[in-house]
Amino acid sequence: MSLAKRIIPCLDVDNGRVVKGVKFVDIRDAGDPVEVARRYDREGADEITFLDITATHDNRDTIVHVVEQVASEVFIPLTVGGGIRTLDDIRRMLNAGADKVGINSAAVANPEFVREAAERFGSQCIVVAIDAKKVSQPGEADRWEIFTHGGRKATGIEAIGWAKKMVGYGAGEILLTSMDRDGTREGFDLRLTRAISEAVTVPVIASGGVGCLDHLADGVIEGKADAVLAASIFHFAEYTIQQAKEHMATRGIEMRL
Amino acid sequence: MSSVAVIDYGMGNLHSIAKALQHAAPEVDVQIVSDADMILRADRVVFPGVGAIRDCMQALNQSGLSAVIQSVAKTKPLLGICLGMQALLTDSEENGITNGLGILPGHVVRFSDDLKDSDGNKLKIPHMGWNQVHQKPHPLWNKIPQDSRFYFVHSYYAIPDDLSVVSGTTDYPGAFASALALDNVFAVQFHPEKSQAVGLKLLTNFLHWDGLV
Repeated sequence: MSLAKRIIPCLDVDNGRVVKGVKFVDIRDAGDPVEVARRYDREGADEITFLDITATHDNRDTIVHVVEQVASEVFIPLTVGGGIRTLDDIRRMLNAGADKVGINSAAVANPEFVREAAERFGSQCIVVAIDAKKVSQPGEADRWEIFTHGGRKATGIEAIGWAKKMVGYGAGEILLTSMDRDGTREGFDLRLTRAISEAVTVPVIASGGVGCLDHLADGVIEGKADAVLAASIFHFAEYTIQQAKEHMATRGIEMRL
Repeated sequence: MSSVAVIDYGMGNLHSIAKALQHAAPEVDVQIVSDADMILRADRVVFPGVGAIRDCMQALNQSGLSAVIQSVAKTKPLLGICLGMQALLTDSEENGITNGLGILPGHVVRFSDDLKDSDGNKLKIPHMGWNQVHQKPHPLWNKIPQDSRFYFVHSYYAIPDDLSVVSGTTDYPGAFASALALDNVFAVQFHPEKSQAVGLKLLTNFLHWDGLV
């Protein structure tokens, strides 16, 4: 008997629709988020993450309604990220039925926000999302830095130290996305994932680059991730969550089947 | 129509638990309440909780709800969830030593920082995710398969003085008490409201439980 590794499908939601782009271009419509969440729940998802990528502030209520609807019929943990900047934003999402919120750019702009959020709502609901990109050249020691704004804006902040700092500030979990791999279907950045997972005490969710079921298993076995997140391989019904879990179990990983 | 009161003492979000109770038994009147009389009038009481124990106990003591929970624990079915379970014990080592309600004699302690799994990998704290619960016979486990997985998020766990109150155990990596039962009181460290079908079944069982073992 032991703790299962988790599979977390991620829904990128833009104006109330699930979308998925490859390296932030070629956005494809993948359906109604409530319908998609229902399907993932039936297939055995361990949690569901919604990433609100709606650009305009006016349309942000849309994600609240999506979460409310999903939370009234899907009884597994729900995380919402994207545009979380104030304690009020967090409160709104929790009241809508989210269990955790993902904080990304706001943590970089003001690390104290993570501390305040964890003190107010508890570390268990504060996920710090880290978008990291490799900056070292071949032959040099590995170095990854934090990027914001969908990978467009460099911060110069070193990723491993940042992850440790965020845990010190009260992050209960780290959602780690490799900007080099996101949307490429080449698999997680396993060195990055392992480096962060071994450096922090809290669970790490690996994200960015999943193209096949072996990539999920690699994230856990080689990357030492506690959970794996993927979007496109599930959205377009290439694989079901159930197939992914069964495959990971055949590689010797403890799963909730 | 029977009723269940979800105790609202200003800690965390009670919508998830209320929605899950409503889904588990649509015929039951689910109330989120902070009023002592309404809690005492309800047929059953759910005592949820997230966050830190000191804030939790402060809120309960200031609002007078400590006494209300003590009274409920003697009279009707009570379900403690997560921090709501830990607060039922004598004390917790979180935030220094914090006194709990003492309804279930025992202590709450933190997982140690150097835990490893059988492959030598570091175990993370909080203990977060789906883990198995090994049941001992109790009406609340009715029709829930033995060793089912429930969703956990916690860094502290209960050690009751009297091990006969342990109704479920979970390994991380050693066995700890993930469910406690004493007369009309049942308490779980996991979140039934986030544990999909088996969690809803446990809530349904609670909403039909007469408090007898």
